[in-house]
Amino acid sequence: MDRSKSGLMAATALSALIALPVSAQDNSVSFLHYWTSGGEAAAVAEVRKAFEAQGGVWIDQAVAGGGGDAHDQVLRSRTLAGDAPGAAIPKASDAIEWARAGYIVDLEAVAAENKWDEILPAAFLPTIKLDGRYIAVPLFVHRFDSMWANAKLLADNGLEMPETWAEFNAAADALLAAGITPLAHGGQSWQDEILFEAVAIGVGGAEFFRKAFVELDQDTLRSDTMLAVFDQFRKLRGYVDANFSGRDWNLASAMVANGEAAFQIMGDWAKGEFSAAGLALGQDILCSGAPRDQPGGYAYVVNSLSFFSKQQNNPAASPGQELLAKVLLEPEVQLAANLAKGSVPAVKGLDLSSYDACAIKAAEYLAAADADGTLVPSVQGGTVNIASVRGAVIDTATAFFNSDMSSAEGVETLADALRDATE
Amino acid sequence: MSQSSLRVEPAPHPRGGAGRFGRGRSGLGRHAPAWLAISPSLLAILIFVYGFALWTAYVSLSASRMVPDFALVGLRNYERMWGQDRWLVAAGNLVTFTALYVVVTLAVGLLIAILLDQKVRGETPLRTIFLYPAAVSLIVTGIAWKWLLNPGTGVEAFMRSAGWEGFAFDWIIRSETVIYAIVVAAVWQQAGFVSVLFLAALRGVDGEMVKAARLDGAGPIRTYWSVIIPAIRPAFISAGVLLVAFALKTFDLVVAMTAQGPGYASALPSTFVYDMAFQRNQLGMAAAGAISILVFAAIIVLPYVVWEFRKSDAR
Repeated sequence: MDRSKSGLMAATALSALIALPVSAQDNSVSFLHYWTSGGEAAAVAEVRKAFEAQGGVWIDQAVAGGGGDAHDQVLRSRTLAGDAPGAAIPKASDAIEWARAGYIVDLEAVAAENKWDEILPAAFLPTIKLDGRYIAVPLFVHRFDSMWANAKLLADNGLEMPETWAEFNAAADALLAAGITPLAHGGQSWQDEILFEAVAIGVGGAEFFRKAFVELDQDTLRSDTMLAVFDQFRKLRGYVDANFSGRDWNLASAMVANGEAAFQIMGDWAKGEFSAAGLALGQDILCSGAPRDQPGGYAYVVNSLSFFSKQQNNPAASPGQELLAKVLLEPEVQLAANLAKGSVPAVKGLDLSSYDACAIKAAEYLAAADADGTLVPSVQGGTVNIASVRGAVIDTATAFFNSDMSSAEGVETLADALRDATE
Repeated sequence: MSQSSLRVEPAPHPRGGAGRFGRGRSGLGRHAPAWLAISPSLLAILIFVYGFALWTAYVSLSASRMVPDFALVGLRNYERMWGQDRWLVAAGNLVTFTALYVVVTLAVGLLIAILLDQKVRGETPLRTIFLYPAAVSLIVTGIAWKWLLNPGTGVEAFMRSAGWEGFAFDWIIRSETVIYAIVVAAVWQQAGFVSVLFLAALRGVDGEMVKAARLDGAGPIRTYWSVIIPAIRPAFISAGVLLVAFALKTFDLVVAMTAQGPGYASALPSTFVYDMAFQRNQLGMAAAGAISILVFAAIIVLPYVVWEFRKSDAR
């Protein structure tokens, strides 16, 4: 009897010890993320600085691994075990699933007070809101369909930065004839898919892309436009060097930097490689969107933070979560963090004069695309709402690019895969 | 409890022990310390191996996607998986890889062992050299072979720069041949280890028997084929079982060497399961893939297990 009593007392004391710090640190947020490489870590440090300056207590829970698989896994096990982090960075499609499962807190008060609906591009809202409620707060915006070129190689061969796919093909043929590899590419499945995505937007346009990959419309997927997309994609296969299989993307960037190849189509994170090689963006390395036959179009991914609740269906946000959410969309934080990471701010209308030429151009495209409604979510970035769509497109693109499948077969494989993906 | 019943029992047998459990208090009592000693590991294996295997089987029949969902959907995950080209390629690769890897590694390992067994000078350093690859991490093996087999940086580039312009060795970048490139790296990794197993077995072969064969006029090849190799059959079985296990769990080698490419031509069921579980939010399909690997393993290992049990029963 005596023993059980003292045991009870010890347990009470212990729980008081555990409970105490929680009630004392109302402004604390544990942040689970994988932004650990140089520029990413610097960007996170900017957010942390601003958050702490306003009285927040930052608990950093970085999980290494650039692709985020490890992060997703930790997030999944912790959330299901009732120990969700205060904030994390799931892909947009995952954030939706977490919100449906009832683990995302309600930030409507902060959103209304700070006019999020007005300061964010309208095209982002469908991917960061669910049933009219914010489920993610955007921090970084990356462009996927960017094209990079070695300025000297183009000038030596009398070429300009091509604007349409026809111009690109002509330039590439001229380069081939001069014995230069036209397109630096790494044959890994996700890189094959980035190339495919850029071709799809460029050949079909933003509306086509949205119908095909967001709405998964079977008629669009089996249309002649899609056939033309696969034809152009097949053409690109002839413009890469023989050794492209398995090459990492940064080695492909190095080929452009060293003048071994003329173009690379890769997301805007590639510019970090060019800057690191001591090349001036806009001068030594030219940048633009990938070629396009239709005006407009911009494949974006927004890296957003989602705020989690430890208990299912308990949407009350802690003061710390509300503070961090507010800080994330403050102009100074957006500017400083995106400058460090090499992306562009999610908040509209900021003064980007401190940014490099390519980023300024990307931000201008972003604003223009938002205005004319040609901003499309990148499939690769997991921005499209259904996770299995990403896998299905990657599988088809990579199978097509690494085999001698005909365009008609490509169209059919893709349409079938996307039909099955939504089941 | 009569003492006599204890006396008529046969002597304790390493394999027979388990069968005696529960036949009476005397048997249990006698084996109690042994049971006590192995119970923690037995319990751990029951929960963490068999328990989770059953759990995985359940998940494979459920509607689980990003998070576990306990609604049963029958064989839907299996149907969807077998309808995917990616899985078909992975399953085909597993069969090709396992067969070639096991057979070639055994052959190369045996050859090295026989050559080392010729009382060569410096056998110890040679043995170390051959064994060394087994100590190298599969990630390191994968990256080294990725460079060696890449036509732009490896063997092909070397031969061409040495003057042999037409030399071609580009297995790793071609979808049809990439799995053989993986086999090459995997054989390199394990052949030395297998040769040590064989060498130990060769040393255990009765010298008198070999002499008798020689006296009967058998040449060296005939002696090995008809006398020595049959004598080391148990070594084949242990090496074969180990290699099949290695083959089934191959994962890191492919990830490091080809990242499953070109396309997904070198995917294996293990990489498929990883992708589905951790990248594509398809827990149900991942579990279906894992259970399929288990079934494949059972198909290979079952004949061996049956044969082992028969043997112990016959004794």
